[in-house]
Amino acid sequence: MTAATHSLPGQRSMMPYVVLGAIALGIVWLLIASGLWNDMLKFRKDVLYLSKQHLILVGISGAAAIVSGVALGVWLSRPWMRRWAEPTIQLVNMATSIPTLGKLALMMTLLGIGPLPAIAGLWIATLLPIVRNTFVGIRSVPDHLIDAAQGMGMSPAAILTRVELPNALFVMFAGIRTAMAVNVGTAPIAFLIGGGGLGELIFTGIDLQDYAMLLAGAIPTALLAVIVDFLFGQAQYWLVPRGVNPLRNV
Amino acid sequence: MIRLEGLSKIYPTASGGMTSVDNVSFEVGAGETCVLLGPSGCGKTTTLRMINRLVTPTRGKIFIDGRDTDASDPVELRRTIGYVIQQIGLFPNMTVAENIAVVPRLLKWDARRMRKRAEELLAMLALDPKTFADRYPNELSGGQAQRVGVARALAADPPVLLMDEPFGAVDPVNREVIQDEFLRMQKSLRKTVLFVSHDIDEAVKMADRIAIFRAGKLEQYAAPDELLGRPANDFVAGFVGSDRTLKRLRRIHVSDVMSDDRAAKHMDGTPTVQPHDDLRRVATLFLEYGVDALACVDADGRVVGSVSRAAVASRLGTAGGGETAA
Repeated sequence: MTAATHSLPGQRSMMPYVVLGAIALGIVWLLIASGLWNDMLKFRKDVLYLSKQHLILVGISGAAAIVSGVALGVWLSRPWMRRWAEPTIQLVNMATSIPTLGKLALMMTLLGIGPLPAIAGLWIATLLPIVRNTFVGIRSVPDHLIDAAQGMGMSPAAILTRVELPNALFVMFAGIRTAMAVNVGTAPIAFLIGGGGLGELIFTGIDLQDYAMLLAGAIPTALLAVIVDFLFGQAQYWLVPRGVNPLRNV
Repeated sequence: MIRLEGLSKIYPTASGGMTSVDNVSFEVGAGETCVLLGPSGCGKTTTLRMINRLVTPTRGKIFIDGRDTDASDPVELRRTIGYVIQQIGLFPNMTVAENIAVVPRLLKWDARRMRKRAEELLAMLALDPKTFADRYPNELSGGQAQRVGVARALAADPPVLLMDEPFGAVDPVNREVIQDEFLRMQKSLRKTVLFVSHDIDEAVKMADRIAIFRAGKLEQYAAPDELLGRPANDFVAGFVGSDRTLKRLRRIHVSDVMSDDRAAKHMDGTPTVQPHDDLRRVATLFLEYGVDALACVDADGRVVGSVSRAAVASRLGTAGGGETAA
């Protein structure tokens, strides 16, 4: 990684996206050459409409998961939760191992069909890594930092916002990135419980063996996954203080 | 001024209670450095942490400048007491300047004043503000980090400083340097310092008074010279070591034992001493040159008196039976 020391900050984390971009261009060229591209363009209106639905599913469930996941993780890390935190995290780990399709199915039995159970299922699936990483990140802040903070007269709220959260932020972001990858990857399945989104083109395309339709759904889905990961990666790079950001300590 | 009155800490356990600090009373004068000394688990750190209420006393009172610390809110109280710990505890998410400004920020100083104060303290601790103010703790050496830790404790100019083995994690060479810097600083700052240590040499060097603890009890509270010259019991004598007379020499100065006999021979080839030299240097010269007396000169080289073996022996004798009592 010696080359990285000469590059601009952030450039090293861009590398995978450059490679990905090259691969994407290759695929587009293949599509155009094979004539599939023209067939796909017929679904332009559907893609726009379903993308909007898709983004609403991902946006609402993701934002809700980040807010509630961080809050729950912080709450579990408080001293008075000490007795309940570990069992709760075990439960969270177990719930994580349930396949996402299973979670969606469970939500359908509880809330019926439509966007609401889809958003709820995606929220549950996305929530868990965020809770776990927030909790673990805060817990791994060394005791002597808390001791120093208390000894200097920081209030509990100041200790949380100025010491615990900034020092846990890198690990929290890792959880959020994982969670959002799960979220974006699962969102197409929402179609199966009537949630709409780009899954409609993918699953219908599979059923009809219509590859143009399938790709018209799959390519925007893949693109969304890459863009979301890129955005959260950049946020992680720039928002985590330099002193506790391994990516910025070359 | 800090006064501890009948201070006890008992931790509840299944078998009744574990007494960590047992009825400790002593008083540290304003501007004095008091070292709490003893083996690990003797209650010295618990005593220190009761002063800023990180540990709540089971019994007893603590007065700072005559005010009962029970009367103030613990969080507010801690902002008026500097705190340095062995692990240093610099916040890795903050720059050096931000670390130093932690308490000023809690006290709502404006940004420019905080920055100015941080730079001032860095300069005082022999760290170039331009180089260090915007570094992160992971870019500092152990000794540099420890200096920043001290700067942070001094930031809001608290009258009282609590230091829990502050130089324990620094290598021996740097430790001497930081100790000397701290002593020099303390000469002008005159903070009331409580300093936990398990190192008798450090205690003798730093302390105006030493409180020596065993199993939660205060065994002796005395100036270093008295503690070394007249240990209260076998435990104290054992803890300070059989070379305690040698240790005493560092805290006694030529001016304490000098006679104004200016006729003392200033033999050729025999070095002279100055009034501020400590007796380690005098004893070394006695042995090295086989002499019984040395001329004492002032900064301009004028003979102002002399120091003799007999005077040194008599000074060491005044605080007790000397080496034979051990």
